[in-house]
Amino acid sequence: MAVTVSIPTILRTHTGGEKSVEASGKTVLELIDDIEAKHGGLKARLVKDEKLHRFVNVYVNDEDVRFSGGLEAEVKDGDTVTILPAVAGGAR
Amino acid sequence: MTTVLRIRRDLVDAIVAHARRDHPDEACGVIAGPDDGSDRPERFIPMVNAARSPTFYEFDSGDLLKLYREMDANDETPVVIYHSHTATEAYPSRTDIKLAQEPFAHYVLVSTRDADEHEFRSYRIVDGVVTEEPVEVVESYMFANTGSDDLPDA
Ligand SMILES: [Zn+2]
Repeated sequence: MAVTVSIPTILRTHTGGEKSVEASGKTVLELIDDIEAKHGGLKARLVKDEKLHRFVNVYVNDEDVRFSGGLEAEVKDGDTVTILPAVAGGAR
Repeated sequence: MTTVLRIRRDLVDAIVAHARRDHPDEACGVIAGPDDGSDRPERFIPMVNAARSPTFYEFDSGDLLKLYREMDANDETPVVIYHSHTATEAYPSRTDIKLAQEPFAHYVLVSTRDADEHEFRSYRIVDGVVTEEPVEVVESYMFANTGSDDLPDA
């Protein structure tokens, strides 16, 4: 058993073009480290100063992990994790 | 990669109306289209600007997840990602460029700084590089594969 992680278009260059990958771990950070070990380059796009990048959203099932522990948010076998870049900008 | 945004007039009108309605705050949204390489914007999806700001926009994180799941289920892609500038020109700001993370989208900017005339412009933003592209407004996509000589006069 494992966790399915859905990868956004812009990060698929780090997963050989795959839309989703299987990973194992007990927290979001462990999942990211597991994917990083197989496909280098992803972690730097998601994590900055040991925190989730402000403009990357990570969801465990339907929950934005920003509200449930960030990188330490727990995941269980069978969960679906979705990574989505924020859609944001400004006038300056 | 296509370097022109071909878009139906009713969709342009819908974007401009949304931008006018939310002025002076920035308005934002997506036009989804089939994920088959046709690059055809079809489904207008206005989004809430969670920042409710005249100088910043951000899709609400819950709405964002719902949007991408819906597009995934429909085999759609965000063909157009639009937002408005309410006091400056319709050109991507440094923040817009830094945060652009959909390399295949047409980034549409509308300026509502003038009460009577709007600017409507489109860009590709890839790896921090902005490329403006022409906007071709059409009444329908029916003649997409027809040579221009075959088009009716109307
Ligand atoms: Zn902007």
